[in-house]
Amino acid sequence: MKLTRGIRRFAAVLTLIGLAAMLSGCAGQFVVLDPKGVVGRHQLDLILISTLLCLVIIVPVLVLTFTIAWRYRSKAGSKAAYRPDWEHSTKLELLWWGIPILIIVILASVTVHYTYKLEPSKPLESDKKPIVIQVTSLDWKWLFQYPEQGIATVNYVQFPEDVPVRFELTSDAPMNSFWIPQLGGQIYTMSGMAMKLNLMADEPGTYMGMGANFSGKEFGKMRFDARVTSQADFDKWVENVKRTAPALTQEGYDKLAEPGTTGTQDYSSIPEGLFDRIVTKYSGGGTGHQHGGAASTEEDMKDMKDMKDMPMPESGSGSESASEHQHH
Amino acid sequence: MLDRIKEFASTFFVTGDPLIYGADVAIVMTIIAVVSVLTYFKRWKWLWSEWITTVDHKRIGIMYVIASLLMLFRGGVDALLMRTQLAMPNNDFLTPEHYNAIFTTHGVIMILFMAMPLMFGLFNLVVPLQIGARDVAFPFLNSLSFWLFFWGAMLFNMSFVIGGSPDAGWLSYPPLSGKAFSPGVGQDFYIWGIQISGIGSLMTGINFVVTILKMRAPGMKLMKMPMFTWSVLSSSLTILLAFPILTVTLALLFIDRYFGAHFFTLDGGGNPMMYINLIWMWGHPEVYIVVLPAFGIFSEVVATFSRKKLFGYKSMVFALMSIAVFSFTTWAHHFFTMGSGADVNAFFAVTTMIIAIPTGVKVFNWLFTMYRGRITFPTPMLWTMGFIPCFVVGGMTGVLLSVAPADFQFHNSYFLIAHFHQVLIGGVAFGYFAGLYYWWPKVFGFKLHEKIGKWAFWFWNIGFYVCFMPQYALGLMGMTRRVSTYGWDTGWWELNLVSTVGGFLMGIGFLFQVWQILHSIKFMERDTTGDPWGGRTLEWSIPSPAPHYNFATLPVVTGKDPWWEEKLRRERGEAPAPKPPLEPIHMPKNSGIPFIMSFCWFLAGFGLVFNWLWIAIPGFVGVAACMLAHSFNYNTDYYIPVDEIERTEAAARRAV
Repeated sequence: MKLTRGIRRFAAVLTLIGLAAMLSGCAGQFVVLDPKGVVGRHQLDLILISTLLCLVIIVPVLVLTFTIAWRYRSKAGSKAAYRPDWEHSTKLELLWWGIPILIIVILASVTVHYTYKLEPSKPLESDKKPIVIQVTSLDWKWLFQYPEQGIATVNYVQFPEDVPVRFELTSDAPMNSFWIPQLGGQIYTMSGMAMKLNLMADEPGTYMGMGANFSGKEFGKMRFDARVTSQADFDKWVENVKRTAPALTQEGYDKLAEPGTTGTQDYSSIPEGLFDRIVTKYSGGGTGHQHGGAASTEEDMKDMKDMKDMPMPESGSGSESASEHQHH
Repeated sequence: MLDRIKEFASTFFVTGDPLIYGADVAIVMTIIAVVSVLTYFKRWKWLWSEWITTVDHKRIGIMYVIASLLMLFRGGVDALLMRTQLAMPNNDFLTPEHYNAIFTTHGVIMILFMAMPLMFGLFNLVVPLQIGARDVAFPFLNSLSFWLFFWGAMLFNMSFVIGGSPDAGWLSYPPLSGKAFSPGVGQDFYIWGIQISGIGSLMTGINFVVTILKMRAPGMKLMKMPMFTWSVLSSSLTILLAFPILTVTLALLFIDRYFGAHFFTLDGGGNPMMYINLIWMWGHPEVYIVVLPAFGIFSEVVATFSRKKLFGYKSMVFALMSIAVFSFTTWAHHFFTMGSGADVNAFFAVTTMIIAIPTGVKVFNWLFTMYRGRITFPTPMLWTMGFIPCFVVGGMTGVLLSVAPADFQFHNSYFLIAHFHQVLIGGVAFGYFAGLYYWWPKVFGFKLHEKIGKWAFWFWNIGFYVCFMPQYALGLMGMTRRVSTYGWDTGWWELNLVSTVGGFLMGIGFLFQVWQILHSIKFMERDTTGDPWGGRTLEWSIPSPAPHYNFATLPVVTGKDPWWEEKLRRERGEAPAPKPPLEPIHMPKNSGIPFIMSFCWFLAGFGLVFNWLWIAIPGFVGVAACMLAHSFNYNTDYYIPVDEIERTEAAARRAV
């Protein structure tokens, strides 16, 4: 008995430590529950709705479990009923087939509605023109290209508040996943494709971003900051990068793409069509075409067409949208 | 010459980590200890003729259980190493490479080399006894399944000290698992270890489908089968449809890596997404394969310890079978974030939610089996009571994950990790423990020590919540899975520390279980009744451990709880039905071929891992030779004469 009490005390202490850690550990921020963007806010709504719907079933079940186990426990002189042959009741069984079905129907309708509403490739509603940022996951760093501004950054991304951001994402390494929890959910970055993710930030701030899908040795270091500023500060920052940072050359990119980690970096210019080449190089039959923009044989063209058949969020392939922006 | 040997050894053996040198020493010592004990006690012949060559389902079941508990130890040590690494920010207890290898082997071992064999062990120990059969339908195949699992597991575990472990995650997504990004032999160990044991799993699936469909005692209609047998049937049917997908997928990955093909590489027209789809088309049904039998176990345990009929039998059967069917329609929920578009995501979100319905119904039926019962709480029931709240909460977070747009925020985070550990530990592990405690006296003839078992239960149960509840919170804090370390700035430290404490509490729970087993072997009294729990089904009607041939005369079944009904009839003083006269019993003969053939598979796999054809080719030749040898062997069965049955039965009765 003494020992059982010991366990209980131990459990109580642990619970206290856990609670204290959760309450006092303000360093730890529940980023998913504290959205700073429209997408993240809708996703939080959905998380809350689905949690509540589930609790409608879970709470009674938990209460029932302990009540039944307590009431019908075997003890001398128990006054509770004992009916060893009672094994079926159509009414009761209809009830507990019915209620879960009902809840799942409601939850499913909500989910389907939100699935279309929050489809990540769908542009966000806003009267401002979206900014395009092309994201490439590398071994083990993030490259962000701003085709309209003609600059690039590594391991941090910056954009203005209240402006829809259209991320185009690919990978020049094993697949990863691009996630800024406070702005909205993640999407995979995969070689040979340009995935799309639309996000928008409500207010200035620095938000934690990360590679969420395991991609090898130094995957844990693929954190980045998403810095959101006012439009004016953003423009100033772009100017500054243009003025002070070195240019990103194709050779510079190839070096950057080699496996390894690095700090943050800025580039004042990007090689013509780089993102486009990263996306298409995987459909050209080997690494030999890495530099060969002109080497489009018939074989390549066929592969390009095949690429379009691959599942993509939107009908247009990444290479098209990427080249669109090159013509600015 | 010496230099060349040195150079070879430095790549062949894994070097450079004190943990691994420790493991090397431990492995060598264990081998020496085992060999010397066997030699000292002159047990080699016993080992060969009683165990290695056995085709008896009960002995094969015991070997499965022992192997899986060893694997639970290895997978558990992996888990604790990871938790130690994550206990503090910027920790360098494990290097990233080592951490990646450990979470990969932890996942593979726990699912494929711990849960699966423990499940097959319970299949073997229980199903033939429960349906009144004398063995499984294909005893030779059964032995082959076990040894394929065993040598597959050996091959996989070897990678720890020889050549290097796989480190691309438990499902080894390409392109990371392709030759370009994983040039080492780890991935090849992964492919062949799983491939060889996977063939064994497929054959076990076939074996139990046929056993259950064809070998039930007279009178046991399908709708009179015990619920555990139903769950085994649904799980085995799922194996039948799912495991071929795994075999093909791994074969394609092997062809990519070995012959430079392009099934899963982009250059050359392949597509990694094809692998991800295929592996989850197996992988999702796989989790239902392991959890369905746990549902069966809970059904048996709840009815027995509530001393009441199982509530809603037909509902339960329907729920089991519909879960098995729907398990094949949900695989894409593992990658909602891969940009398949709203149509696909909506479809798979809804199919995933549908599974929650029959699963929820099962919980209600268990609760109403207890309702108006007389419940006692020995260890099997205790694990069941631990399971219900744990699984209900885990199921709820599963439903949350199935909400596709919300999953964009949960995916790849510790929220997901907490969810699947909650259903796999709270559902599968707790279930198998319940089953192990419940049927232990049937298998070995003595109960496990209750008090130590209760200690084990509480350490596991409390440890579980301490370990995994903080992980839900960490997921919402943005902590992603598989990170080998994190900085102070993240604010993830406190909860990670709590989680680590929980992990070690579960480790202590495991130690209690080891102590419990050793203590019980030495001190527990023999159970002479054959029915220590007040059981309901046929396995409790015969002595423990069951005689070699299980049933002297085949029982005739009239109801769903034949042994319970028989006991009631005896209580009422009704004369027992006259037993038919004993007849000689037809039994299969032991065979060494399964062991030798599986060992040849092991050689072939090992040769292919290192691309040493001089080992691989003889290995495959050995496999073919074993098949031929077995095909032309007509001396595979014998009859147990009536007087021997009489002697055995009389001895069993004397024990009673």
